[in-house]
Amino acid sequence: MSAKILAKEQLSENVFKMVLDAPKIAQKRKAGQFVVIRIHEEGERVPLTIADADAAKGTVTIIFQVVGKSTGQLSDLNAGEELLDLVGPLGKATHIEKVGTVACIGGGVGIAPVYPITQALKNAGNHVISIIGARTKDLIFMEDEMKAVSDEFIVTTDDGTYGFHGFVSQALENKYLMPGTKIDMVVAIGPVPMMRAVCDTTKKYDVKTFVSLNSIMVDATGMCGACRVSVGGKTRFVCVDGPEFDGHQVDFRELMDRQKIYLPEEKDCYDHYCSCKHGKGGR
Amino acid sequence: MDMKDRMKIPRQPMPEQEAKVRARNFDEVPLGYTPEMAKTEALRCIQCKNPACVQGCPVQVDIPGFITLVSEGDFIGAAKKIKETNALPAVCGRVCPQEAQCEQLCVRGKKAEPVAIGRLERFVADFERAAGEVSIPQIPASRGKKVAVVGSGPSGLTVAGDLIQLGYEVTIFEALHKPGGVLVYGIPEFRLPKAIVAAEVDYLSKMGVKIETSNVIGKIATVDELFEEGYDAVYLGTGAGLPTFMNIPGENLNGVYSANEYLTRSNLMKAYKFPEYDTPIVKGKNVAVIGGGNVAMDSARTAMRLGADHVYLVYRRSRAEMPARIEEIHHAEEEGIEFHLLTNPIRYIGNDKGWVVGIECLRMELGEPDDSGRRRPVPIKGSEYVIDIDTAVVAIGAGANPLVQSTTPGLDTNKWNYIIADEATGQTSREGVFAGGDIVTGAATVILAMGAGRNAATAIHQYLMTKK
Ligand SMILES: Cc1cc2nc3c(=O)[nH]c(=O)nc-3n(C[C@H](O)[C@H](O)[C@H](O)COP(=O)(O)OP(=O)(O)OC[C@H]3O[C@@H](n4cnc5c(N)ncnc54)[C@H](O)[C@@H]3O)c2cc1C
Ligand code: SF4
Ligand code: FES
Repeated sequence: MSAKILAKEQLSENVFKMVLDAPKIAQKRKAGQFVVIRIHEEGERVPLTIADADAAKGTVTIIFQVVGKSTGQLSDLNAGEELLDLVGPLGKATHIEKVGTVACIGGGVGIAPVYPITQALKNAGNHVISIIGARTKDLIFMEDEMKAVSDEFIVTTDDGTYGFHGFVSQALENKYLMPGTKIDMVVAIGPVPMMRAVCDTTKKYDVKTFVSLNSIMVDATGMCGACRVSVGGKTRFVCVDGPEFDGHQVDFRELMDRQKIYLPEEKDCYDHYCSCKHGKGGR
Repeated sequence: MDMKDRMKIPRQPMPEQEAKVRARNFDEVPLGYTPEMAKTEALRCIQCKNPACVQGCPVQVDIPGFITLVSEGDFIGAAKKIKETNALPAVCGRVCPQEAQCEQLCVRGKKAEPVAIGRLERFVADFERAAGEVSIPQIPASRGKKVAVVGSGPSGLTVAGDLIQLGYEVTIFEALHKPGGVLVYGIPEFRLPKAIVAAEVDYLSKMGVKIETSNVIGKIATVDELFEEGYDAVYLGTGAGLPTFMNIPGENLNGVYSANEYLTRSNLMKAYKFPEYDTPIVKGKNVAVIGGGNVAMDSARTAMRLGADHVYLVYRRSRAEMPARIEEIHHAEEEGIEFHLLTNPIRYIGNDKGWVVGIECLRMELGEPDDSGRRRPVPIKGSEYVIDIDTAVVAIGAGANPLVQSTTPGLDTNKWNYIIADEATGQTSREGVFAGGDIVTGAATVILAMGAGRNAATAIHQYLMTKK
């Protein structure tokens, strides 16, 4: 199933947003689910979280960071062009219910996937505290969107160029957990070290924490096991059993190791892509 | 030629790429008979009155019938004769376990060697395709009824092909981006060129079958929603695509693959052509493959072709129990795969970066027969040893992917979560829902999946004719 790109926007240096024409997926998808795209015949299958969808307009929105050749090539496409394949919605939807006070935490490009969950938790009647963070001010995006679905809102930057100076986990601890704010549930999405830091923090205060994992995937239908992670000592497949898991049970060390399997290949591939793009060589 | 002379003709060997050369490329291993070889081989068939071979064929191809046509040089006629009962002869001629089916029962095999039925089947199908003689049959006017086929493996393709020719509107929904099931994601190019599968799929499209790739049923639509969308019957041919691991320590280390992942990367995603194709694969130098079936052979031979120095095939039983096609076991050995038989892995050893560096194994001996009638392997105490490896591929079987079962209320499954369906009709516990192939039987063979599809197509036709 191919899909047309309806709009494209650059959110920060390396982060792009695309609105895709996908009426069936737009109708079916729930917060927390993802799609897989393929750009061209030689391309990889790339999983991307659905950041937003409009069932009436028949569109889904993806937000991605350029981290390698595939996401680089994706960012080169423009409105009016087509993705070769789009499949979804995949993965389990977030279990949304009213639990009381929830903290929704997005780090870096993880702000995008935490947004639909924040929105759904807000709509379910929760008191929503949102914390979004990035390395530096320029990398913060979707600030207004997140603010609109939150009761309390904090931005953090590692370098202090904007908002709270420090990590999202520190803001959560210093501003809320330490002073004794009762938080019933935390949802944290972002780079693995960030999710691990949040989980280490919430564990101390015994606050249930869900994380959304971005493991390496191939088919994303439970057929290959590329995406496997250890959760509570059991092997689970992120693409069908997740992507969300109880963060206190996840073996982050293993996840980090597994994410590095193809680093050498990815680097070669990306360098080649960059040099092609900048006219220094060709395929 | 009289019978006596016919009896003297030896079984015609299959021309093949030389083992050393082919072990480093992905081109097909057997090169195929020439017309002369085919005619000569066909003369070996003594045209039994009650041909035993036909009984050995799950879809009862008229074997003596097509072989006569081959001996007469009417190769196109022979291909058409096979296609009366088997829609995918180019595939089956390559991947069927003939030695356990038709050729096992061939009377010529009692005194000498059986007629090379599979090779002849392959020859005529290739001849027909190369001659551009594959004609699209006349499709009857639509009966105005729609059938959804879930899964585009051999089972789904067969159902679709049969029903479109009976005048139904058929749509195949396939989860992956390419149709063909195991034929495209599992079985490697060197054993089944993907162009052949593509030609078969193209043939279905030309007959009017709609193929919706990248549609995961259970996600984008449930079976019930397919009925709501106006489908009158649904066929489930979703295969046995759930990887099995051994649950031994270290199985999640980097470099340890399920066979499904390893083969999908290489075949479907063409990782063997990386970086021309974008999907990478670990090109290990010392690779252990666990298992003894076709999937294990395919993985081991793929590892060799990706440039391994050593590929160890670790299997817990003995050679006689290996479920792989005999031809593939031979091919693997010729290509330098090192067999560690009666050996069972007990754990993987990793380094501080999370990469596999060794596999610890235990030697086994054969004890009493188990449920399957095969002698059960029992560990020999104190026989542990370690093989140094940088890649491992676990090929010990597959299970049922639960996506459809878990989203279809009222669909009965057995304790392994395979769908329960009537053997003769494919009828499931849900009205209008039929199933067949690996999702019913568990991992089996291409021809059994096709046979189930054929039976189900007949049953679906009957169901839709009588349904108001
Ligand atoms: C590596 C390997 C080598 C083999 N070698 C041989 C051999 O030499 N000879 C032989 O006879 N057999 C062989 N087999 C077994 C044979 O391939 C299978 O028995 C046969 O393909 C089963 O056919 P099927 O149509 O039931 O399912 P499959 O071929 O498994 O096809 C099922 C299809 O359904 C799709 N699907 C699954 N779930 C969904 C969903 N929810 N929505 C949409 N689509 C879905 C899958 O993506 C897949 O494409 C081999 C198998 C493997 C894995
Ligand atoms: S059993 Fe062998 S000899 Fe007899 S008809 Fe079949 S192929 Fe020919
Ligand atoms: S990506 Fe293949 S099983 Fe999850």
